[in-house]
Amino acid sequence: MYSQGLIGADDSTHEDEEFLARFQARIDAEEKIEPNDAMPQGYRKTLVRQIAQHAHSEIVGMLPEGNWVTRAPTLKRKAALIAKIQDEGGHGLYLYSAVETLGVSREQVTQELLSGKAKYSSIFNYPAITWADIGAIGWLVDGAAIMNQIPLCRCSYGPYARAMVRVCKEESFHQRQGYEILMMLCAGSDEQKAMAQDALNRWWWPSLMMFGPHDSESTHGSQSEKWKIKRISNDDLRRKFVTATVPQAEFLGLEVPDPELKWNEKTESYDIGPIDWDEFWSVVKGNGVMNKERLEARNKAWDEGAWVREAANAFALKSQEREQLEAAQ
Amino acid sequence: MSNNETLTQLWEVFIRPSNGLAHKHAGSIHSADSEMAVQAARDVYTRRGEGTSLWVVPSSAIVASDPRDKEELFDPADDKIYRHPSFYNIPDEVGHM
Amino acid sequence: MAKANDDLFEYLIRLGDDHLILGHRLSQWCGHAPTLEEDLALSNIALDMIGQARSLYTYAGEVEGKGRSEDDLAFLRKEHEYHNLMLVERANNDFAHTIIRQLFFSVYAELLWEILSTSGDEKLSQIAAKARKEASYHVRHSAQWTIRLGDGTQESAARIADAVKTMAPNIQEMFDDDAVLQRLVQTGVIGDVAVLKAAWHISIAEIFSTAKIDTDLLETVAIGGARPGRHTESMGHILAELQYMQRTYPGCQW
Repeated sequence: MYSQGLIGADDSTHEDEEFLARFQARIDAEEKIEPNDAMPQGYRKTLVRQIAQHAHSEIVGMLPEGNWVTRAPTLKRKAALIAKIQDEGGHGLYLYSAVETLGVSREQVTQELLSGKAKYSSIFNYPAITWADIGAIGWLVDGAAIMNQIPLCRCSYGPYARAMVRVCKEESFHQRQGYEILMMLCAGSDEQKAMAQDALNRWWWPSLMMFGPHDSESTHGSQSEKWKIKRISNDDLRRKFVTATVPQAEFLGLEVPDPELKWNEKTESYDIGPIDWDEFWSVVKGNGVMNKERLEARNKAWDEGAWVREAANAFALKSQEREQLEAAQ
Repeated sequence: MSNNETLTQLWEVFIRPSNGLAHKHAGSIHSADSEMAVQAARDVYTRRGEGTSLWVVPSSAIVASDPRDKEELFDPADDKIYRHPSFYNIPDEVGHM
Repeated sequence: MAKANDDLFEYLIRLGDDHLILGHRLSQWCGHAPTLEEDLALSNIALDMIGQARSLYTYAGEVEGKGRSEDDLAFLRKEHEYHNLMLVERANNDFAHTIIRQLFFSVYAELLWEILSTSGDEKLSQIAAKARKEASYHVRHSAQWTIRLGDGTQESAARIADAVKTMAPNIQEMFDDDAVLQRLVQTGVIGDVAVLKAAWHISIAEIFSTAKIDTDLLETVAIGGARPGRHTESMGHILAELQYMQRTYPGCQW
């Protein structure tokens, strides 16, 4: 999940106690909720917001990597990168489809992205400035995303869970292609290795921020967990990610940019230094290096595509009319 | 997006993974017409060799049972155990039947 | 024998460059297409193009016998050493230009791969047999869009007409004959490519008729092709991006 623990979600419900209790009993029994089933308004709204935010993140996430497609250093890397970005487009599409099962059109949620009202993962507001960043994005950003997405395959809402199963299956190559890029750099010249270290320095902390605020700060974690939309807390996921990733950095011979990083025997995981939440909220609020460009790029693609979509719809209408005319004759 | 933009039609995509198997629901796509819907389904859902045949159906053409009717539609089948082979006692000596 | 190999190498480079540069152009759409579905479709075509370029360059490197890899050939030549069609360099401009460029090239490529699939050169015939299937889908995709844009709205019809006008001067170069081609035909490496032009025009006329596009737009003065290494001003910019990493960090592994 690229969705940063649902910024500003509204979990309020107005249904009567009995209805809510019955719904909760279904969730507790691990029954999946399907589109036509009765569900509390808050559950529906939370899902629409979370899935749309997740979809937007996939779509905006195409941009930093797209920035390197024409400059990829070999044909093999170029093909892998295009295929990866294409997958992200596909994942956005699957997720928009899941939103549509809740009665909200893709056009509606797209409009919220384009107007700047909807959020997407802030990680994509950081710039991809060197080729090593493509490695780091695959390794760290996709790595963090996978950590978030695997539990979502068991989410209580059927269409979301099914979309996530497909996403996770397809995504298994993304992290590996990123890590392989960095392996090549780290086995290469001093300059290449320095490029890899620089990328890790810039992407490490933003990747940890992808898991969202600490559990103690998170306002909507508990209701989402009760509804089994979110199944593992932000801090637990973050800890899992760090524990999996630090040895991978060591294998590369790179240094994780956290002087306070320390193995904790008791929890059998790493303790990390303080996360700069001021930076996190600042980027969320639009002050990242690339916020403005990302939204502009999406708006430009949408606006410049309008005449194409209109033409396709106009042609479809004309074809139907022609068919009806032929049938009448 | 202008507010009067027409919504593009939604289609459900079904894929036959290999001959001999039934088409199975894979997901949805947007397309203004059926020909482009088939192409979009191919480009979106068969990138990893998932299929040998595709169906696309306008989502609006699907008629679904009402979840509120679940009990009257499906519960009556629960106690018709005589429809299942294990309801009948046949001695082992008869062999597989 | 050296001469025959030179000709084959030159021919593989021409085809490889066509596919690399068109793949490059298509990849620029990545993340910016008119719909999400189309983003995936254009990426698929770009991937086919780059895949075909890789096969052609790899084989060209073998034919040349100087140990050059697909990447050496793709990234480490000078502008005039790229012998692609000028058509594939033409800017993406709007979606109509991209579709018409693709239609023109893919109809040509499908016909050409069909001929090359019976090449006397076994390796080339194998590459062609695989590429022909991909090209058939590219024709289908670009033809269907041409029909929708040509017979869609007033605006889309105007844009498609404009795109045809832009690309039309680069039609003839696909069918230009030269000494290299003649020798390859004589030695049976390529079949009768003289039939290409007529077949191409028949296919395009059929699509244009359904799309309500005036075929008179195709009649124009041809602009000399890039086969001898002549290019539009775009080419230098394409190469600046394409070669950036290989030129900035020479001799590195990626």
